[in-house]
Amino acid sequence: MEQTETHKPRVSRMALFVTFSRISLSAFGGALFWARRGLVEQQRWLTEREFVELLSLGQLLPGPNVLNLTVMVGYRFAGWTGAAAAGAGFLGWPCLVVVGMGVFYQYYGALPQVHRALAGMSIVAAALLLGTVIKLATVLPRRWRPWLFVALAFMGVGVMRWPLLWVIVTLAPWAVFMAWREKV
Amino acid sequence: MNRVDLVALFLHFLALWFVAIGGPSTILPEVHRYVVDVNHFLTNTEFAEIYTLAQVAPGPNAMYVTLIGWYIAGWAGVAATTIPLMIPATTLTLFVGHLNDRYPNAPIARAIRRGLPPIAIGLSLASVMILMRAVNHDWRGYLITLITVAVVLRTSWNPLWLLAGGALVGVLGLV
Repeated sequence: MEQTETHKPRVSRMALFVTFSRISLSAFGGALFWARRGLVEQQRWLTEREFVELLSLGQLLPGPNVLNLTVMVGYRFAGWTGAAAAGAGFLGWPCLVVVGMGVFYQYYGALPQVHRALAGMSIVAAALLLGTVIKLATVLPRRWRPWLFVALAFMGVGVMRWPLLWVIVTLAPWAVFMAWREKV
Repeated sequence: MNRVDLVALFLHFLALWFVAIGGPSTILPEVHRYVVDVNHFLTNTEFAEIYTLAQVAPGPNAMYVTLIGWYIAGWAGVAATTIPLMIPATTLTLFVGHLNDRYPNAPIARAIRRGLPPIAIGLSLASVMILMRAVNHDWRGYLITLITVAVVLRTSWNPLWLLAGGALVGVLGLV
């Protein structure tokens, strides 16, 4: 078990706002890919492991996962106001853009080219997400127990199509308990 | 379209976001039921179009609720559907984030940080699979998927080029 990372770069509220604005404005087809790229690869504010830890907390908490990650990152580096700055950058622009697209679509939505371009982009967007998940999976230790939980979560929601809430409520305490016993 | 009760709309979305564990796609069926079946704010087709549009727009996937609000009641509708989305993240999430930063070495915090990532990864993998089934109609879709994943894993090119390529392939009618 590695030590909890204590390196904590100085990050201003402006930098939080700008970075999360950039992440969300590039985030076609979901924000996860772009959040990891921006925070881990470009800014290096978080290690790959810290990113996965915050993401999994964000996934367990209600609300959009990457928004939860956003406010936790903002809070970690610059307190309440940092969380507000990061959240404003992350949600403000897409709010305007999505309404703009709605207006655009009312005028041009009937064009078949628009539909076909959207179809092509959705395929690439799904593949970007797959690439991100593969990269995130590299932080898991090469032991069977973590991978058992990967498989169970995937099977429960993806294959059996059980309600997500039940899958989380069943697996999360069990996984945390196993990790806790392993340590002590 | 009926006269819209914005307070009811706001409260309904607020309740939904507090149970939306695992992200915005989990509440999609319930949003559909409320907006289309119960209140007839939108037709089924309008709902599907709005959802697709929000998926390809930049920003978190959750923004489909913003667009639904816009179609129902303009800017007031945007506020009624979008503000609830921020409330769990600004209350519960900040509280948990605070605890995690304050007590990083508490045994329970360590266990949570080590226990949960496999589940997060398994769930993300499941969403990817459901998403890929919805957008890939034949082998050409999966070929593009394969190429995109290879580029993402092996290069640091800006993926906006890949998205532009996807749009081009779509317009040319190749998928």
